[in-house]
Amino acid sequence: MSAKKVAPMLELKKVGKSFGNVVALRDVDLEVYPGQVTCVLGDNGAGKSTLIKILSGVHKASEGEFTLNGEVTSFNSPRDAMAKGIATVFQDLATVPLMSVWRNFFLGNEPTKWWPWLGILDTKKAKAIAKAELLNMGIDLRDTNQAIGTLSGGERQAVAIARAVYFGANVLILDEPTSALGVRQSGIVLKYILAARERGVAVIFITHNPHHAHLVGDHFFLLNRGRMTARFQRETVHLDDLIQAMAGGAELDTLTHEISVIREG
Amino acid sequence: MTTPKLDERMGRVSFFTTALRRPEFGALIGALVIFTVFALVDTTGQFAQLQGAAGWTKFAAPVGIVSIFVALLMIAGEFDLSSGVMVGTAGLLMGNLVSEVGMGVWESMLVTMMFAAIVGLINGILVIRTGLPSFIVTLATFFVLKGVNLAVTKMLTGTVRVDGVDEGAGFEEARLWFATKIDVGTASFQISVVWWIGFTIFATWLLTRTTFGNWIFASGGDPNAARNAGVPVARTKITLFVLTSMSAALVGVMVLLELRGMQAGQGVGQEFYYIIAAAVGGTLLTGGAGSAIGASIGAAIMGFAAIGIPYALWDQDWVSTFLGVILFLAVFVNTILAKRASGARK
Repeated sequence: MSAKKVAPMLELKKVGKSFGNVVALRDVDLEVYPGQVTCVLGDNGAGKSTLIKILSGVHKASEGEFTLNGEVTSFNSPRDAMAKGIATVFQDLATVPLMSVWRNFFLGNEPTKWWPWLGILDTKKAKAIAKAELLNMGIDLRDTNQAIGTLSGGERQAVAIARAVYFGANVLILDEPTSALGVRQSGIVLKYILAARERGVAVIFITHNPHHAHLVGDHFFLLNRGRMTARFQRETVHLDDLIQAMAGGAELDTLTHEISVIREG
Repeated sequence: MTTPKLDERMGRVSFFTTALRRPEFGALIGALVIFTVFALVDTTGQFAQLQGAAGWTKFAAPVGIVSIFVALLMIAGEFDLSSGVMVGTAGLLMGNLVSEVGMGVWESMLVTMMFAAIVGLINGILVIRTGLPSFIVTLATFFVLKGVNLAVTKMLTGTVRVDGVDEGAGFEEARLWFATKIDVGTASFQISVVWWIGFTIFATWLLTRTTFGNWIFASGGDPNAARNAGVPVARTKITLFVLTSMSAALVGVMVLLELRGMQAGQGVGQEFYYIIAAAVGGTLLTGGAGSAIGASIGAAIMGFAAIGIPYALWDQDWVSTFLGVILFLAVFVNTILAKRASGARK
């Protein structure tokens, strides 16, 4: 268990968030380690979105402690979080479909030449870096001039991941990156999650799919009705445990039984 | 500069496909066809000559100058319907500053351009702050200015026209820059053509070679994704509203200096010419794609029609009908070409 000896890069202690009298999150503990994939599993309405928003700087936690590299922090904005090395890849809001791959790769962080204040794009450098960085992540594109909308959904997510890694993300938050994708496309994204992990990034993989989580995760946190209800380690967890825990164990057994009664009846 | 090794799969993209991908490609082909047709039906023998070029550029240049910036704004996902009336407002304001207030021509021009910038700023801030469609916000600005143009002009001059700019200090020098003619061979071209070409080059460079250009495409293509990537979407759009308004004001200044006066109704209706030129040139009405060259080609096509129809001795009343048909065909063909060329999966 060498993993436990490394200090967590990001840590939440008893974090809670309420909107008026609605409690969205309560007493959430989370540790995220560099070079490892931390999966946060939860069904619809479990509080995943609120958790992402706290991690990425959209919301501030109402209670608890947020530490980054051992220091207590709080973010004022997503830009602030980004500046501190926390990048978030949102499901469908990561890339601009009509723009070319290289323009998307550098969007918001364009490389310039001559005087920076003139804002003149160094297109040659941008294309070369985009191509090389994507290749590094194992994404082999014919032409970075093609519109990113012509790529498949999985490839687009992959470009967004490669971009976050290139711009120095220490913590990479992935919001349901596979939920809108088919089996093969999901496989592509999972591969790039591991590629980011290999490069020492602390990956937070938020999903409602225990199969996908089980394939790539090192640590598993289960979120249910705003609380962390269970946690597992890769070495000791089986896929069935995750599915059971997510569906609320006993509930799934009852459901399975009820369905089989209908089928046979 | 080492030539990068070509990926062997690059061979599949032919030169033709690359050309098809350019948003202004359809417009260019259309322009060539329309030019040829007007050259064939021409009864004066001048359409395809220098004289003809001087004629159609005289019409196309003032349309083109504003169209370029309207196109940039449309690529960023916004409209400016007040761009036409702004031509009139700027000319009237400058004319009144010279003839009624007694300011010099250059000073009044500076004030006019600053006023246009403020109108653009107000348009932009209202669109961003209220979240209302720019179509509505700038339509409101359009009508407000249209009324102001008429009411204030009548109030100050007692007529619907401002005269007497040519008595202002610096009038002749200003004309040299904005309303003179340049002789090329036997034809004499308007200096506005030089401005038009200059702005086409500048805007193309801005759009394709600068950080700001990247932001323009992103702001119109997907504002949420752009914001997530750290693009200042609001600032980009507001800047473009300011530039559009100022480009219209520049044309207003040119018209005023050229005609030595301004009608209160000047420019009204022109906003549609600008949008047509941008759309014919391959600018997507939903934002995210387009080009400055395309808008200029669109303006040139309008110039062809404005000169070609009377040269063919057809009734000039048909110009608008012709432009309507061209607008539909161009956008229809552009859409098909864009789909084909992007190789989009549905």
